[in-house]
Amino acid sequence: MLLIPCPHCGPRAQVEFAYGGDATVARPVDPDAVGARQWLDHVYLRENPKGPHLEWWQHVAGCRAWIRVRRDTVTHAVLGAATAAGSIEGGAS
Amino acid sequence: MRSQPYRAVNGGALDRTRPLRFTFDGRTYEGYEGDTLASALLANGVRLVGRSFKYHRPRGVYGLGAEEPNALVRVGEGAAATPNLKATEVLLRDAMVVRSQNRWPSLSLDAGALAGALSRVLPAGFYYKTFMGPPGWWMLFEPFIRRAAGLGRPPEGTDPDRYGRRFAHCDVLVVGAGPAGLAAALAASSGGARVTLVDDADRLGGSLLQGPAAVDGLDAARWVGRAARTLDARPRVRVLRRALAFGYYDDNLVAVCEQVDGEGAPAPRERVWWIRAREVVLATGAVERGLVFPGNDRPGVMLASAARAYAWRHAVACGRRAVVTTNNDSAYDAIPALAGVGCEVAAVVDLRAGGPGEPAAALAEAAGARILRGYAVTATDGGVSLQGVEVRAVASSAEADGVLETRGPPEQIACDLLCVSGGWNPAVQLFSQSQGSLRWDAARAAFVPGQSRQRERSAGAAAGVEGLAAALESGHAAGEAAALACGLRASAGTSPRAEPAPERAPLRPVWRIAHPGGSGGKAFVDLQNDVTVDDVLLAEREGYRHPEHLKRYTTLGMGTDQGRVGGLNGVAVLASRLGRPVEAVGLTTFRAPTAPVTVGAIAGGEVGAQLAPTRLTPLHGWHEAAGAPMVPAGAWLRPRCYPRDGETQAEAIRREVTTVRGAVGLVDVSTLGKIEVRGRDAGAFLERIYANPVSDLAPGRVRYGLMLREDGLVFDDGTLARPDAASWYLTTTTANAARVLAHLERYAQTVWPSLAVHMVSVTDQWAAMAIAGPAARAVLARVCGAGAVSDGALPFMGCASAEIAGVTVRLLRITFSGELAYEVHVGADHGRLVWETLLEAGAAHGIAPYGTEAMGVLRIEKGHPAGPELDGNTTPRDLRLDRLLARKAEDFVGRRALERPGLVDPSRPRLVGLVSEDGQRIGAGAQLVTNPAAPKPLRTLGHVTSACLSPTLGRPIALALLTDGDARRGELLCAAAPVAGLHTRVRVTDPVFVDPKGRRPRG
Repeated sequence: MLLIPCPHCGPRAQVEFAYGGDATVARPVDPDAVGARQWLDHVYLRENPKGPHLEWWQHVAGCRAWIRVRRDTVTHAVLGAATAAGSIEGGAS
Repeated sequence: MRSQPYRAVNGGALDRTRPLRFTFDGRTYEGYEGDTLASALLANGVRLVGRSFKYHRPRGVYGLGAEEPNALVRVGEGAAATPNLKATEVLLRDAMVVRSQNRWPSLSLDAGALAGALSRVLPAGFYYKTFMGPPGWWMLFEPFIRRAAGLGRPPEGTDPDRYGRRFAHCDVLVVGAGPAGLAAALAASSGGARVTLVDDADRLGGSLLQGPAAVDGLDAARWVGRAARTLDARPRVRVLRRALAFGYYDDNLVAVCEQVDGEGAPAPRERVWWIRAREVVLATGAVERGLVFPGNDRPGVMLASAARAYAWRHAVACGRRAVVTTNNDSAYDAIPALAGVGCEVAAVVDLRAGGPGEPAAALAEAAGARILRGYAVTATDGGVSLQGVEVRAVASSAEADGVLETRGPPEQIACDLLCVSGGWNPAVQLFSQSQGSLRWDAARAAFVPGQSRQRERSAGAAAGVEGLAAALESGHAAGEAAALACGLRASAGTSPRAEPAPERAPLRPVWRIAHPGGSGGKAFVDLQNDVTVDDVLLAEREGYRHPEHLKRYTTLGMGTDQGRVGGLNGVAVLASRLGRPVEAVGLTTFRAPTAPVTVGAIAGGEVGAQLAPTRLTPLHGWHEAAGAPMVPAGAWLRPRCYPRDGETQAEAIRREVTTVRGAVGLVDVSTLGKIEVRGRDAGAFLERIYANPVSDLAPGRVRYGLMLREDGLVFDDGTLARPDAASWYLTTTTANAARVLAHLERYAQTVWPSLAVHMVSVTDQWAAMAIAGPAARAVLARVCGAGAVSDGALPFMGCASAEIAGVTVRLLRITFSGELAYEVHVGADHGRLVWETLLEAGAAHGIAPYGTEAMGVLRIEKGHPAGPELDGNTTPRDLRLDRLLARKAEDFVGRRALERPGLVDPSRPRLVGLVSEDGQRIGAGAQLVTNPAAPKPLRTLGHVTSACLSPTLGRPIALALLTDGDARRGELLCAAAPVAGLHTRVRVTDPVFVDPKGRRPRG
């Protein structure tokens, strides 16, 4: 079970969190500015990377913040975490 | 026969003043405090303890602990019985009732042993071949396989025992309390670190208790006692005995199952600890490997280390006349121990041409045991118990890849005990679970821990370290390093000391011994699962050349011993056949649990009603007092209906519906999700969340609200009210309350973080009830004044504060039933007061409380979509809610996806009503077809989502999703629910059966 460093609450067990999917995908700011195909890609298509991945997690049983977590999908190592607005040390997303 | 004929008069770590009686298969035996079940059986000369998994071959105790493949027994009786326990791990208790398993009618006369004779038709992969064989084979063989194969039977009835769970944290967790583990725990805790030490045995000491040894000049047992006292005296140290570390998970979380055996006390029987450690030291020791030769499974064949430990620790001679066969020097340590309990050692059959090192040879000579250098055991004699071995010379041309050919005439040596040693496997199960990578140690012919992945280090024999002195040093160093890695001060002291290990001759890797001519009987690589050398070779011929495939095809290593004794031998046999080195083939993945853990321990207290929390509304006590049958609705319990004296539930439901339509009813809707939203941008935020326009909602107004998912499908529906300019009060469906909150939080925090908005769940803070029916306003007027509920003060879709029984309530004039209705929301603590006040005030109008069933009927009659229609596949248009979206220009969640061609296809199933033509009820979930008698397969036009018997229409009605639903208005269809045996003729109608113009709620 992962130990996830919530930026607000400190390291907490995975059971306190809910997984929220790929955090590298952003909802287009102006949905009408993108084509229908691009919009559906945004809604449906996700990479399934092997290695470091930036993910959303919500601390549902804690501060309820949605946080971004960089996690290695191979080793399960949590490489860093930040608030939704903050930046994670150790590289670009 | 004298009691315990194989017990030496003196010696052993036993309390001989405390004899314990137990029964095995109904016969009474005696042992002592300090015995395991295995040692007590051996002391009584019980050699035959079980039948093997597949061939039902006789089997005896083979090992000492978790590696035991044979001696699986059932302990206890009735519902409290536990099957498949290893006799080597069961502490003997007085009055213990033990039974053997997998035999019929009895252990010594077992009909299933015929399977041994049938072994030619039970080859590797037998199950799979039967699955793939001609049709009917599996049906034919299954009853036989189910009965004959397998382990013990599960206990009957509900487990009466209690199980506990604890969560703990520590700086350093040390697994294993042998010499390395004790040294590690002592060193790690010396500077004040929080240390937890766990060991699966009842006494600390591990291998120190299994033979003569001295540490720091003290007898090993005394040193262990001193170390235990030192640890107990350190306040930040926790020592768990009889605690098996069975799982190593991400981020140094280790699961430990502790045997508590709280007899008669409130203590649980077992307790699982989830320990999160900053650093872990794995001092799990090593397990001796068996040797693979024909007949290597006969009772009387056992690991040399086990025979030695039974002699030393339990004063038990596992036989009267022993032969030792080995490829390394460690087995010679068993010889003085055997001699000490009166067991003659006839010979040592050493596979190495050069034989043992000088100190080991001296041990054999001192006991008068002849050493046969370059010899191997090629067969065993005897029936259900060993009577002798057949020994042959190892062929000089023996292959180098671990397969020993033998030659020449056999020599027979009479013996009733054969001690085998094929080398040692470090217990790397937990290390592997931690995702560390293994390294091949050629000198020891074993996998040892290589690169760590987690904050963990191995020490002692688990790390491949040999000898007591080196194990102590390695443990000390690991404990010190672990404390330092936590940023804590560690010991300035030195490691405990022991005599350096004597010089040893090198081990010769041997994976199997071949009988000349290839006969000699079955040679087992996996005793528990009855996997033979021939099975491995057959699997290879059939293409299963990866160890993971080999494992699944032959079941090698899949037993409760997890292949501790034979797993590596099996893989190595495969490797030698493939002509590849063992390290290139590798082991199968180790997974948790390292040894069996009871389901009860894993479940802990989460059984029965404790499996999940049950949520009760603030009005629950009233419902119970009214005798309402309560039904689960998600996590909630809700009243189904309120039957009166002599009334069936169906009659009660009908009466409740009629009362609402004709007079007035009251229903508890506290389970609705309730969310308070505030902030400068709350309106703008909600506008983007809801599919219908909401930001123009004026204070004092309520609106129906529809939420979509980003893929355009309906997510949830509810209402949103604006009690005042500053706050928004949302209700959600009961089922989606938590999901909607998370959805709002996600968009607020991650998509539009610039919007100043905040939301909080207030579900539990508000009790809510709906008062519905033509007399609803009159009842409310009695309790909060006619002015408060006049059309002017509270119009349809209005929201206002009022006072009932001195309590401020929030009134929402909205309807779910289609009648004139108000929701009354009030602080949870006052819920019951307001509920009872309303019932009292409504008595003159014939008010009746109604339950979830009547509520469902009312909304079906009104054509209002709910859970069965919001099934994650429906669009607003499908549900006829698209008019809500029509005038909305702004963006909202799900808008773009609504343009998808598949979602605007006019032929999509659409919500319609159905009326039963013949009065027969309509099955919920029924498929809609034109002619059920047409040739199959029938094309389905849609399905029934919700169905009920409508008291208002006096006939069964339903809601359905029907392809081309609008065009089919008036058509006759068949609602086919073949499983329920229902084929109902239905006519397609408008889904709104009652008050289609919607006048009543405005009345």
